[in-house]
Amino acid sequence: MTANGINVAAALSVVAYIVLAPFVGGLLAGIDRRISARMQGRFGPPLLQPFYDVLKLLEKEPVTVNRGQDFYVACCLIFMMVTGALFFAGMSLLLVIFTLTTASVFLVVAAYSSNSPYAQVGAERELLQMMAYEPMVLIAAVGLYLVSGRSFGISDIIGSPAVGVVYLPGIFIGFLFILTIKLRKSPFDLSMSHHAHQELVKGLTTEFSGKTLAILEISHWYENVFLLGFVFLFFANGTPLMAVVGVAVCLIAYFLEVFIDNVNARMKWQFALNSSWIVALVFGATNMMVVYFASVSGWGVQ
Amino acid sequence: MGIIAFLVLFPFVVALALLLIRNDRGRGVLVTAGSIVIAAASIYAAASFFSGGAAYFDVNEAYEPLSELIGYAMMAIEIALAVVIFVLGVRHRQPLACVLAAAQTPLMVWFELSEGEGIEIASALYIDQLSIIMALIIGIIGTLICVYALGYMKDFQRHSHGEPDRRPWFFFLLFLFLAAMYGIVFSNDLVWMFFFWEITTLCSFFLIGFTRTEEAVRNSFRALVMNLLGGLGFVGAIIYLGKNFGMLELGTILEFASQPEYKGYFTIPLALLAFAGITKAAQMPFNSWLLGAMVAPTPTSALLHSSTMVKAGVFLILKLSPAIGGTWTGTMTTLVGGITFLMASFAAVSQSNAKRVLAYSTVANLGLIVACAGTGLEGAVWAATMLIIFHAVTKSLLFLCVGTAEHNIGSRDIEDMDGLFGRMPRLAAFMITGISAMYLAPFGMLLSKWAALESLILASNPLIVLLVIFGSSVTLFYWGKWLGKMAAIVGGQENIQGRVHVEEWASLGALVALVAAACLSFPTLSNRVVVPYIMDAFAASGSGDVLEKTLSNDNMVIMSVMVAIIILLPLLFYGRTNRKIVPIYLSGAGLDDGRSYTGSMQKKTEFKLRNWYMETYFAERRMNAIGVVATCAVLAFILAMVLGGVIAS
Repeated sequence: MTANGINVAAALSVVAYIVLAPFVGGLLAGIDRRISARMQGRFGPPLLQPFYDVLKLLEKEPVTVNRGQDFYVACCLIFMMVTGALFFAGMSLLLVIFTLTTASVFLVVAAYSSNSPYAQVGAERELLQMMAYEPMVLIAAVGLYLVSGRSFGISDIIGSPAVGVVYLPGIFIGFLFILTIKLRKSPFDLSMSHHAHQELVKGLTTEFSGKTLAILEISHWYENVFLLGFVFLFFANGTPLMAVVGVAVCLIAYFLEVFIDNVNARMKWQFALNSSWIVALVFGATNMMVVYFASVSGWGVQ
Repeated sequence: MGIIAFLVLFPFVVALALLLIRNDRGRGVLVTAGSIVIAAASIYAAASFFSGGAAYFDVNEAYEPLSELIGYAMMAIEIALAVVIFVLGVRHRQPLACVLAAAQTPLMVWFELSEGEGIEIASALYIDQLSIIMALIIGIIGTLICVYALGYMKDFQRHSHGEPDRRPWFFFLLFLFLAAMYGIVFSNDLVWMFFFWEITTLCSFFLIGFTRTEEAVRNSFRALVMNLLGGLGFVGAIIYLGKNFGMLELGTILEFASQPEYKGYFTIPLALLAFAGITKAAQMPFNSWLLGAMVAPTPTSALLHSSTMVKAGVFLILKLSPAIGGTWTGTMTTLVGGITFLMASFAAVSQSNAKRVLAYSTVANLGLIVACAGTGLEGAVWAATMLIIFHAVTKSLLFLCVGTAEHNIGSRDIEDMDGLFGRMPRLAAFMITGISAMYLAPFGMLLSKWAALESLILASNPLIVLLVIFGSSVTLFYWGKWLGKMAAIVGGQENIQGRVHVEEWASLGALVALVAAACLSFPTLSNRVVVPYIMDAFAASGSGDVLEKTLSNDNMVIMSVMVAIIILLPLLFYGRTNRKIVPIYLSGAGLDDGRSYTGSMQKKTEFKLRNWYMETYFAERRMNAIGVVATCAVLAFILAMVLGGVIAS
């Protein structure tokens, strides 16, 4: 493909992400609720229920607790969209990760800004979760960098002939582990949960209502699609076959997370931090070291 | 060359004048005018030398009769200062300070009178892009802090009831500090550089001990002892270089030492100089002096952390970088920096005192700079230089914000800054800017950290990569919780920001503008300023294309666009809402002020929110202990091998 062709392709996938991600994300959320219901022996809501919920939220009376909060939540959505757009444009993976952090910090600040005890506890827990998963995410980026001809560029990682997961099994397991935190699934749904049984008050989102809550929901859909895109990177090698495998694994991973969600109760925050860091060190760092020295001494990768 | 001599001498003259002026107005005029002149002269120096690359100046030739006199004058001052330290050490029962002063200065004087006499210094002064960057930091940020100090010290004096007014001494030290910093960044002659190096040590000693409380005196001596220890390393390096090679010019030494075939000869002096840099840059195990420096008035901290002192330490290590890359000294430097970054970031989590959070963050960021410099790779040095610039601008802003908050709310504890957004909205907005600029994309610090991470991966040391990864994750946490606190909107607050002095607003506003401008111009800063320097510095040892090894232009431009968006968004949309504002939820018993609820017995109960300090994980003492032990082991092991001659290169 020519440079121009790549640019056009990148622009198309960005547009596709911006337009389609909320639908895909919402649909995934609907599937999640159906599967969860079946696991709990219920019939479950219609597949499109998440969309109905969001539409209903948009019609609620517009109230807020202060003049700043809604602005921060809107910024969270904007930067979440930028994160995914940069990802699907094939930019640097580190750039994408850091932009995601900024989006998440906007959410935390939104919760803090209300000065509500419930929201603030949720915000602090959200920060804790970020601290817990961040090392593993960065290690995953470094791992993908090492096996893709030493580039953080997502288009390079996808185009590289090496199938990441072959060299990075430990890092992949570690990434799936922290994906539970990122998708806000039990046992790590500490800062907020979609399940009514998990908390008395709604954690981080306590003071969000109506349109603000709808915006937050949509930004989660954007985020979830991007996260599954990250999983895809471990399988992509530029061939259609692996692309199909990658998408299939993304769906399996999502199903797995729903399953984990349903068989666990919420754990204490200590467990979230300890376990994620231990997994990052044992699976992530070890795998990274092995790949690192393998590539330095010239066998294995590249 | 005139402009360089001016930059070193003029702040000194201002300092002397400030020592004599005792009234507020005169001091105000002189400090403001002096600062404007210094900043303008720095910009002028930058403009006139920037495109030319490195330029060396022969002081002997230019000031023929004077040059010898300068040398003797410096020696006389050094002896006088050593006597002062010795006397103070005896008076305050600080044997270590006495011993170090008594060891260092006689050694230096003996060397200068014997070996040093015969060594011809072709050019004692020089200027290159790195010294220009440093000069701009000193000249703009340093002077802004001095202007801020005018307002701050008025309050300070008012708060210290009955104490004699020692502000002339304070402002004398500030400007002397600036002069000495210019001396360090422009000296090519190591003996000169050492002279200015010691002046900064002394200045910080007096500034830290300024309040003369027991704690201040104790901490000032700790800083003095640690920095004199580094100074001893500096003397050792000078003597070694002079005796063995008859070489005392930094430019020449680095030119030789950067070439692979000569690297081995310079192992010992470079290790000693790196050690001196590590002490001054407050790396573990020496970080405690910078933490102790918190007892001084806040402008001192701002100055020590952003534009002077610790920046002298990283400046020296950065200069050495092409020569120590790939040697054991380089490994030592990288490891010490990496461990310091991790452990200092951990320790910052457990702090609720705003100044201590800032201090640990400084130590951590300097650690990252030092770690990058130790690798001797172009990309890493590029990242380190960027970190120096952005850290200087942002950290000075944050310190000064905390200083102003402290004088107006009576505490520097983050927990007491509850509702600052209501009480001092502009100050809170400035702090939010500063905090975000310290750790969030798309601001310069984060961009530089990203580059540091990328280049450290190349440095064939996965251990360092892990240290940086875990350190950055924790950084996210401790800045995040402070940022949240600043953004919290608490009902029923009285706006008290009218009490802030105009000099403080002027400096704070200028620094906020500088942060924004620096972040917006990141690509230009890289292409026009930092990359040319790297090209020059690595001409001998580098492997060619510097641009290949830094962040790609695309990424930098994307970030700049994002900076523009993130500046515009709040300006256009923040606070504009037509929704009904309702009180927060407090389990159905909340009262309308948003700060209290109806408790048992129908009593109005105010709730308090506290942040999370995770003492069980990140207790300060334990983090320090681990860091100190680990870095001591690294330093002792590698220095012993290098000095003992086990390792030749």
